[in-house]
Amino acid sequence: MFEPVLLKNIEAANGHLLSTYEAGGGYQALRKALSENTPDELVELVKQSNLRGRGGAGFPTGMKWSFVPKGTDKPKYLCCNADEGEPGTFKDRIIMERDPHQLIEGLAVSGYAIGAETAYVYVRGEYVTAIRRLEQAIAEAHERGYLGKRILGTEFNFTVHIHCGAGAYICGEETAMLESLEGKRAQPRLKPPFPAVAGLYASPTVINNVETLACVPHIVTRGAAWFRGIGPDKSPGPKLYCVSGQVKKPGLYELPMGIPLRELVEEHAGGPLPGRKIKAVIPGGVSAPVIPEPGLEVGMDFDSLAAVGSMLGSAGVIVVDDSTCMVKVATRIVEFFHHESCGKCTPCREGLNWTVKVLRRIEAGEGAPGDLEQLDMLCKGIFGNTFCALGDGAAMGLRAALKHFRDEFVAHIEERRCPFH
Amino acid sequence: MSMREKIEQAAAAYPDQRSAIMPALVIAQKEHGHLPGPVLEEVADILGVERIWVYELATFYTLFHTEPVGMFHLQLCDNVSCMLCGSENLLRHMEGALGIRRGDTTADGLFTLSTVECLGACEMAPVMQIGDDYHGDLDVARLDALLDSLRAAAGRVADDERASQPLPGE
Repeated sequence: MFEPVLLKNIEAANGHLLSTYEAGGGYQALRKALSENTPDELVELVKQSNLRGRGGAGFPTGMKWSFVPKGTDKPKYLCCNADEGEPGTFKDRIIMERDPHQLIEGLAVSGYAIGAETAYVYVRGEYVTAIRRLEQAIAEAHERGYLGKRILGTEFNFTVHIHCGAGAYICGEETAMLESLEGKRAQPRLKPPFPAVAGLYASPTVINNVETLACVPHIVTRGAAWFRGIGPDKSPGPKLYCVSGQVKKPGLYELPMGIPLRELVEEHAGGPLPGRKIKAVIPGGVSAPVIPEPGLEVGMDFDSLAAVGSMLGSAGVIVVDDSTCMVKVATRIVEFFHHESCGKCTPCREGLNWTVKVLRRIEAGEGAPGDLEQLDMLCKGIFGNTFCALGDGAAMGLRAALKHFRDEFVAHIEERRCPFH
Repeated sequence: MSMREKIEQAAAAYPDQRSAIMPALVIAQKEHGHLPGPVLEEVADILGVERIWVYELATFYTLFHTEPVGMFHLQLCDNVSCMLCGSENLLRHMEGALGIRRGDTTADGLFTLSTVECLGACEMAPVMQIGDDYHGDLDVARLDALLDSLRAAAGRVADDERASQPLPGE
């Protein structure tokens, strides 16, 4: 029987308060880490757990931590990526609003492990409630000695600041986030150097997602073997899945990594709306290639989804039923990336503008012969040719729609109308 | 606390004052409703940073407004999950009910209507943000009730403002 840990306090009336968090064993992991482990031991523990980053890329967290150089005079920074903006994704907001101490404890333990004394939580500005709850939780944690100077009587000092974003999807890209934190327009940096070596203010910096950090206290308390015992070997652990779209019970579900997509959508999220059939599912936010209904047996983990040409991404699962036009969905996805492009790279800035124009024309019944080949060419020109993954995300989403639902694009062009309207 | 004091307090979190520009703009926008040129210059002066650095942020991020917006900024999400759950219909309904198009402000200055990219609340799609608050699971009936409650709240604000004005001869 799977026991939820990340969402344990989510339904509690006062889940955001320190008293609720402590009553459920909160901050015992910080106490244990500071009294029983060296920072190196904690890095090793997280490595052994095989925790992979929950922000989308799935990079091993312990390995990322181990890249922080030792013996440097520069301060080290921990940045929490809470700029959740991938359409279909809302898991981090719910943690911050309803159980913010889980994140703060994760930050403190992780800060100790990497040798940071300062953390910045970069929260998207729209998340006003989350920001207020985090501010309150940080104040509570300071008062109780979980943050500040000489935490729990040790030599460890650690402060958490909230940096409120102001509406730009690109801030979720880690180097663009660092630019934004430094008070510049959020545009990605060329790597290397990687942030672990030269990040915020050119100092060693670790950037982790909210859900990743929330996993850390549970790994400290329950051990690496417990974490590795959940889900597949190569990407284990409990996982938050956001389900939305045309489904009976949209919501946030904590389940083992690797759960079949069909089970998630049809059993946990209640299946399609009355009288409808599922046509397709986007498994990991709009940049994740869409999966047609027959492919829903796939496991929801990094490697299983990659094997079928999609990706886990942010685990923002969007359900599309048979009443919906896939050209319209694909157009809206590319419109999003076009709107959110920071404008730094030509393939993304210009290519997505061109792509949107062609897609809108097709959806309006004004498509021309050769448009699909042009879209294929545009995807090829954008994918892999940009500083960051924003252009890739748009191209991957469109490519999958063109591959799996090409008949709908062809029907639009041949019939000179949208067959769904 | 004055705007200057709030900005100086926010700036203490950073080793470099340039990092404080965005938090300072958030504070300034709360204070002034939007960010006209003189406000941007005041922010730059308080932080002691180049004015162009402040301008470039104010025009990059969508939550900053260099032009005035209505008393209630209706920000309807029309990204994929909200679109699948009927946001297009809600937009058409609001345009009709308010007599304005997307991007416009009503003549009385009460409502600005915008569509925005994902608000990160897809579980309650379709979603709209008004000020600091999210309103989810919207349909036409809920939307109408919401607009009515906002009009009523605006009326109360106007009454309060009238009440706080000195009477003739005071």
